[in-house]
Formats: sequence, structure tokens, C-alpha cells
Amino acid sequence: MADLTQTAPARTTRSPIRWASVLDHAILIAGAALMIVPLLMMLQMSTIPDAQVMQHGPSLQIGGEFWDNLRKALFQSMSFSGETTGLTMFRNSLILGLGFAIGKIVVAMLAAYGIVYFRLRFATLAFWLIFTTLLLPLEVRIVPSYEITQKLGLLNSWTGLIVPLIASATATFFFRQYFMSVPEELVEAARIDGAGPVRFFIDILVPLSRTMIAAMFIIMFVYGWNQYLWPLMVSTQEDKVTLVQGIKQITQSLEGNHIPEYGRSNVLALLAVLPPVLVVLFFQRWFVKGLTESDK
Amino acid sequence: MANVTLNQIRKVYGNGFEAVKPCSFRIEDGEFLVLVGPSGCGKSTLLRMIAGLEDITEGELSIGDRLVNTVDPANRDIAMVFQNYALYPHMTVRKNIGYGLKNRKTPPAEIARKVDEAAAMLNLGAYLDRKPSQLSGGQRQRVAMGRAIVRDPALFLFDEPLSNLDAKLRNQMRIEIKALQRRLGVTSIYVTHDQVEAMTMADRIVVLNGGVIEQIGTPSEIYHSPNSTFVASFMGAPPMNLVKAQLDEGTVRLDCGTAVMAAPAGRSGPVTLGIRPEDVRIGSGAARFDIALIEELGAHRLLHGQVAGQPFTVHVAKETQVSHGPQPIELPPAAMALFDTATGARL
Ligand SMILES: Nc1ncnc2c1ncn2[C@@H]1O[C@H](COP(=O)(O)OP(=O)(O)OP(=O)(O)O)[C@@H](O)[C@H]1O
Ligand SMILES: [Mg+2]
Repeated sequence: MADLTQTAPARTTRSPIRWASVLDHAILIAGAALMIVPLLMMLQMSTIPDAQVMQHGPSLQIGGEFWDNLRKALFQSMSFSGETTGLTMFRNSLILGLGFAIGKIVVAMLAAYGIVYFRLRFATLAFWLIFTTLLLPLEVRIVPSYEITQKLGLLNSWTGLIVPLIASATATFFFRQYFMSVPEELVEAARIDGAGPVRFFIDILVPLSRTMIAAMFIIMFVYGWNQYLWPLMVSTQEDKVTLVQGIKQITQSLEGNHIPEYGRSNVLALLAVLPPVLVVLFFQRWFVKGLTESDK
Repeated sequence: MANVTLNQIRKVYGNGFEAVKPCSFRIEDGEFLVLVGPSGCGKSTLLRMIAGLEDITEGELSIGDRLVNTVDPANRDIAMVFQNYALYPHMTVRKNIGYGLKNRKTPPAEIARKVDEAAAMLNLGAYLDRKPSQLSGGQRQRVAMGRAIVRDPALFLFDEPLSNLDAKLRNQMRIEIKALQRRLGVTSIYVTHDQVEAMTMADRIVVLNGGVIEQIGTPSEIYHSPNSTFVASFMGAPPMNLVKAQLDEGTVRLDCGTAVMAAPAGRSGPVTLGIRPEDVRIGSGAARFDIALIEELGAHRLLHGQVAGQPFTVHVAKETQVSHGPQPIELPPAAMALFDTATGARL
């Protein structure tokens, strides 16, 4: 009897291979490998001459053109007109990404603050109205949105690019839920400590929500960075072209009689992937914390 | 420092529930007043009205000579210690304690000096740069105290500040809070549902029940001459024995017929007889006490059983020899209180 009870738990822990775990890993590795293939192809194509892509199609060969392509991608102006280089497009994407992320967080936090902490007459109704806009993504309301932007004379401006999309039901929802979980006593302690509404927001609520802010920042930055349709419609000026648009324009020149610049556009594509990855890596720790735990 | 006056203060919540019925009392300068009562009796509501965290439906509240009904909590010159500490989790202990001063535009040098002073008083010196999450429950409670005393308020408010601590720490903090209050001489209102805390800390106790003040008095008054059966059974551990009895021809008789005391003539009918467990004398007397259980508490013993078919407890010194079964007991008339059975009020 004694033997049995002692060996039973040992067997499960000492077992060298746990097949369930092996299977889990196999699935994850396969998934990761599948995901990384396009990235590797981009990297590979940015190292070989454009003609080679046309002649041989996909290959495994690594060439020596990468730095040349990088230089072209960053500094050479786009073929169809003057000034727009990869660097400008990168900057434009950054403006859009940061503008969206910061703008949405600020607006959503203020909205949630108003809804949760102030005795507004129709606060709950207002919240649910905001919430239903989740059912109306940009694609559904793009025509009226465009019309309003146009009537306000905001076409071809950063304001027109960013502000019409700055209200975020998702972020408002998350901040509202988060604020509602902040203990009432904390609010009261701050009141007695003489913190007015503005002080309380800045001194207590914002620092408390920093993990939530980080999580929202990732989501909203990537959302803004990847915008394609809206900038395409609202801005016709080349100096506001973003990376995502720019790549498309380069590959489109296939219709001429010259070879499309595969190398250059793949470098641009890599550039387009990089910042979101960095943002995620940088905020990851807080991101997970923000969505799962709360340190109150 | 200040006195506090409540004049017909009443609270009706938004849903129409009357949590505090009109009540009036006055707290003297430097006094330690304890609000005690069972859960849901309106203690927190009353305290929060004094703090300004809850609107006063009716009545007048003055702190010092100032009517403060509509004054913002920040400007009432009060400090409050909460049950769950309510420390700002992202601030260090130093910042937590100094936050109220900072909001009042105190110069940084003065904040630093006052925070250090408060920390020294509370033995928090070593923890000033920690976050609340790195402190034990008792230390957190001290920080909350520090936050209150650093502002030098006219009035301290405590809402069950010790109920999250374990029994031993609670006893220790109880003494510390009381000593600190003595030293600072700040008028204090302390809410608790623990009658031991109430008895040991209070200068005066206010017993609340269902939003009504049952009795106001010093701990000794509350304990020795309760105004009602509610106070008698709420205060004291174990509580006062309450036994049904008959009053006729100037004599009080237990239901079994034993005459136990002479009473003022001119009244008759059912009454409730109250006596503290430690006032009962065991070994001789006319009444019978049927002991069912002996509770050994080291310094003394509690005997649980029945008198005239009703639950009864007697407190005896550890030297007293007792055994299970019927015992004669004597109920000294001087220690007894008579209550109206219907209303519970003292006769
Ligand atoms: N916001 C509110 N709306 C309606 N009724 C309330 C509200 N807050 C409290 N009450 C009710 O008022 C009564 C008194 O509440 P209060 O919090 O003052 O009790 P308490 O004596 O502090 O109890 P405890 O010892 O459990 O803290 C309770 O019956 C409670 O249900
Ligand atoms: Mg309470």
C-alpha cells in the first residue's frame, strides 16, 4: 500500500514526454511557421533583383540587393511624381497610428469618466448609444462620413484623416468597465483629500488605468497604422500617402512596360510591419496585465 | 478641533428607504464617540452624512460653529479612515500620506516635514517608499491613519477601520488608535459593530438600531443601565440575560412561580427581567438554574443553561466549582433591570 501511494504521483511528474503538451506545441509551431512564410518571402524578395522575381517566381535564393532596395525604398521618390519617399510615407503612417491611438484613448477615457462618475441624466442611454456604434463600422457609414468631412472642408487635412474616426466604442466600453471596478472608497478618500474632478482624473484614475491604456494603445495604434480605405478617400495629396497605400501604388505600376519594383515594395512592406510588432513587443507586458488583472 | 452638533438629521435614500430616522446629539470637543449597532442599522450612513459623502435629507449638521450641510467634504476640515483602507495603490506611502496636503497647496518642504512626523508617530518610517501592495494589513491601516492625522483636521471619522484585521492585530490597533486620539485630542467618531471595540474605546457610545438611536451614554451607563432590551442584548459578551416574568402585587415572579424581587406597586402584567451573567450568584437562592453546558475560558467560566425554561448564562470565577444539572441561584435585586415586554423599553 505504502509503495503504491508513493509511486503514483511520482509517475505523473517524472514522465519524460507528455503527449498532450507535445501535440499543443506541434500545432503552435505549425501555425507560427505558416504565419512566418509570407514574412520570409518578403525578406527574400527584397534581396534579389526585380527581374529575377519575374523570371523565376518564388525561390529560396538570397541575393545582395537588400541595402540598395532599402535605400531606394526610404529615399527615392515614388515613380509617378515628385517628393513622396518611403520615409515620408513612414512618417504619415506614424502620424495616423499615433493620432488614432492617442486621440481615441483621450476621447474614450473622458467619455467613460463622464459616464461613470458624473450624475448625468442620460448617462446609461448615452453609453448604450455609443456601444451600438460597434455595429456600424467605418465601411458601413463611409459615404455619410465622407460627406460630412467634405462639407466641413476637412478633406486633405490631418484633422479630416484622424478626427472623424476618433470616437471609439470599444475603448469607451473597456474604460467604462475598468472605472466601474475602481472601489468607491478610493473615490471618496480622494474627495476628502481635496481632489477635485480634474485632479482625481489626472492623479488617480489615469495612473490606475495605465495597463488598460497600454492595451488600448496597441489595439488602436495598429488600427490606425493599417487604415487604407479612409485615407484613400479623404486625402488625394501625395504628401499624405501612407505606407499601406504606397506599397499598393508601387506594385500597380506593373501595367507599364517596365518591371514592377518588387524589391523596393517588399522593403516597404517590411517597414509597414515593423512598428506594430515593436509596439506590441513593447507594451505586451502591460497589455496582458491590463486585460486580465487589476492592481487595486 | 471642534464639537459636532446633529440636529434632527434624517436620511432617505433615493429608493425611498429611510436609513436614518431624525436623530440629534452633540459631540464635545476632543470626545471619542462610538456609533455601534447591528449590520444595516445606518451607522455608515450617519457617518457618511457627517463626512459629506452622502446628502443630508433633513436636519442640520454643524462642525464647530459652522453649518456644513452643503459644504464639500474637502472643506469640512475632516479626515476619514475607511474599512478597506482606500489607499491609492499607485502611490508610495509617502505620497499617500501627503496627497491631501499637496491638494491644499502646502509647500513641499512642509509636506515632507509633516509626513515624516506622522510616519514617526505611527512607526512607518521604514516603509515610506513602499507601495501599499507591499505592506501588511496592519501597516496599511496605519498609513490610512497617517493620511488622516497629517492634515491636522478638526474631526476624525472612522468606518469600521479594524474589521479587516485579525483578532490579535485588532486588539493592538485598537489601543494604538485610542492612544493616538488621546494624544492628539481630536474629536472622533468611530463606527463599529463590535461591542468590545465600542466599550473599550469610547468616551460615549451611541447605540443605533434600525436607523433609530436606542441610547446614548458612557460605556458604563450603556452596560449597567441599558435603556431597552435591544441595548441589553447587544452590548456585552455574553449579553444580558433576558427572562420573561410576571409582575403582580409588587412582586416579580419568574414563569415558574418563584418570587425574585419586590417591585413598585401599581403595575402588573408580563415584564422582561434582565440581569448580567456576572451579577448572578450561584450556590444559594430561590431560583433554579439548570446547567447544560460549561464553557471553560481560562480566567473564568460561562455556564449555559435554563432558568424557568428560558436560556440563561452565568459567569463564574475559575475557582467556583460547578457541575451539570440544577443549581440554586440568587438574583440580586440591585443588579436587575425590568423591561416592558411589548416595547422593550426600560420600566
Ligand atoms: N445607496 C443606498 N440606497 C438605498 N439604500 C441604502 C443605500 N445604502 C445603504 N442603504 C441601506 O441603508 C441601511 C443602512 O446602511 P448602512 O450602510 O448605513 O449600514 P451599516 O450600519 O453601516 O451596516 P454595516 O455594519 O453592515 O456596515 C441598510 O439597510 C442599507 O440597505
Ligand atoms: Mg457600514
